[in-house]
Amino acid sequence: MQSSNGRPGGDQGGPGGPESSAEHHEAARTPSREVGYDDPWYDALASGWGELDGTGAPAPFVSAAPEGREAAAVRTRDVYLEVQRSAAFQEVRSRYRRFVVPGVAVFFTWYVGYVITATTAPGFMARPVAGALNVAMLAGLGQFLTTFLFTWAYARHARLRRDRAALDLRWDTQELARSAQGGGS
Amino acid sequence: MTGQHQTLALLLFSAFVAVTLGITTWVSRRRHGSAEEFYAGGRLFSPMENGFAIAGDYMSAASFLGISGLIALFGYDGLLYAVGFLVAWLVVLFLVAELVRNCGRFTLADVVAARMSERPVRIAAGTSSVTVSVLYLVAQMVGAGSLVALLLGRTGAAAQAWTVIGVGALMVVYVSLGGMRATTWIQIVKAVLLLGGTIVLTVLVLLRFHGDLDRLLRTAAERSGHGDAFLAPGLKYGGDWTSRFDFISLGLALVLGTAGLPHILSRFYTVPTARAARRSVVWSIGLIGGFYLMTFVLGFGAAAIVGPDAVRDANAAGNTAVPLLALDLGGGADSTGGTVLFAVVAAVAFATILAVVAGITLASSASVAHDLYASLRRRRGEARSEVTVARVAAVGIGVIAIGLGLLARDLNVAFLVGLAFAVAASANLPVLLYSLFWRGFTTRGAVWAVYGGLVPALGLVVLSPVVSGSPGSLFPAVDFQYFPLENPGIVSIPLGFVAGWLGTVTSDEVPDEAKHAETEVRSLTGAGAV
Repeated sequence: MQSSNGRPGGDQGGPGGPESSAEHHEAARTPSREVGYDDPWYDALASGWGELDGTGAPAPFVSAAPEGREAAAVRTRDVYLEVQRSAAFQEVRSRYRRFVVPGVAVFFTWYVGYVITATTAPGFMARPVAGALNVAMLAGLGQFLTTFLFTWAYARHARLRRDRAALDLRWDTQELARSAQGGGS
Repeated sequence: MTGQHQTLALLLFSAFVAVTLGITTWVSRRRHGSAEEFYAGGRLFSPMENGFAIAGDYMSAASFLGISGLIALFGYDGLLYAVGFLVAWLVVLFLVAELVRNCGRFTLADVVAARMSERPVRIAAGTSSVTVSVLYLVAQMVGAGSLVALLLGRTGAAAQAWTVIGVGALMVVYVSLGGMRATTWIQIVKAVLLLGGTIVLTVLVLLRFHGDLDRLLRTAAERSGHGDAFLAPGLKYGGDWTSRFDFISLGLALVLGTAGLPHILSRFYTVPTARAARRSVVWSIGLIGGFYLMTFVLGFGAAAIVGPDAVRDANAAGNTAVPLLALDLGGGADSTGGTVLFAVVAAVAFATILAVVAGITLASSASVAHDLYASLRRRRGEARSEVTVARVAAVGIGVIAIGLGLLARDLNVAFLVGLAFAVAASANLPVLLYSLFWRGFTTRGAVWAVYGGLVPALGLVVLSPVVSGSPGSLFPAVDFQYFPLENPGIVSIPLGFVAGWLGTVTSDEVPDEAKHAETEVRSLTGAGAV
């Protein structure tokens, strides 16, 4: 246990020494990010601090003893680092970024360009196209159309390219976190 | 507006209040009193329900009456507003909705505090969330007061004050008794009513012009007295360079602010998964986009059928364009049809305000109880139930909003909404995006990002022509106006991002790699999400 606690850089972010008891208190109140893992197939009714759960007793979030919990927390941190470095996760992340970064760049530029043109070049925007339709009207309706198209494309991309891989990763991560915690208590 | 209209409008509105109070008691009948239930409605809403509720939370009276009124008076420039309000949802969909659902529990601060030292970050994010909510709330209260007074024909100050107090009291009852579940159902009912009313009016306008949109636009341009200029930008924001920059600033605030609005973020926690959060945003984009497209028809329809002069006579800001249009479409002031349609529109406007106000109150009470109270209370102090604190906070925020709403009665509603968006974009968005995407982000960076956006945004407003130095400002007698623009966004949004970056590079805290890994893995996969 001590060896897993002594990994380099392991507790740089967390408060140490005198505050660590407060940290434990904190961890007991909020279902903690450090020790918490939730099985997606198990619907636990989570509660806030000071709340009673269904049985009328203060909700126990962590049943392990404090020392075991700390070691488990360290191992849980390792789990997330491990998952982050895995090829499967990097694939999901790069699929997300490859879609979102250019997408945001395009619609943001198109919107800012539209607002700036509308305020600085009203003459151009007033140019008639067909009937009562002018450039301004077409551009405004075009913003609506592109918003709908971007929404559709994003939802489709996420559904076909990310959802399954993300769900598998979620499952694997929680299995790893469970075994990391199980070993500690 | 005769007594007949008022009576019918009041009857319909009372029916709405009765139904929503019924919903509130019905859903709170089996409550367990858990935080999960109070803030997030048990997280069991379907994407469609949540999509309608998001739309109901977002489409305020400022949209329904304000934008169509602006179009009726200024033509194309009113339409610019709606474009910003809609495009903003792409920011929410692409960068925020799913990731926030996966990382947080109830509030914005949950997402940020997961990686940082918890106390200072929670206090900062909680403070800015409450500030944004109170500004937005005051805007809705002021809108409620002036609309009710106008629609009921009693422009007296007493009627306005009592409306503000009444709306405030009702929303406190909804929120503190019913929590998120009741609030969500009120949003859904309101969204259906608002969309239904809008569809009926749009169809009637289109029938009047035999489905010929081209003729509708031409008639509107002719009656406006501006000719083709009515259909192009520039009538309202086309003056000097100050007003043009002001509009660009507002445009930035609108498109970036939505993703930082606490009452919108809290809606994503009411569905079980990130996938459901995404689908609810897709629903809401469809509903909101359709709604704004119909608003255009109503705005140009009001210009064409009622005429800008009649609209301006009834209310200088154009807020009564749609009710007047309804009166005309139903057959005129003395006909039964006109009376009924007018009353329906008035009742829908009240319902809209009530529902939006309830949503914001709930979100800000969550920030107070979950972020501020939890961080600031004395460690040894008796731990009161968080939900009890939230219920008390809802009452407190209601009282503050009523007080400010009475004080700010004469401020322009659209300006207040724009200001709330600017503060949200400057103080909440930078910290949210940095903590989701920046590996090296630190606690100091987070705190600086919040205050570095919040303080300039509020400070610039105090120094702007809104507060002093011009005839229309809050204190016309004094002059401490040093900032020319009414909307601070163009300056304060970049400042928020810069402050976050500066705080991070100057802090000697080494960013915790494992916590960043956890945030990244959780945000994209949903592992460990509640």
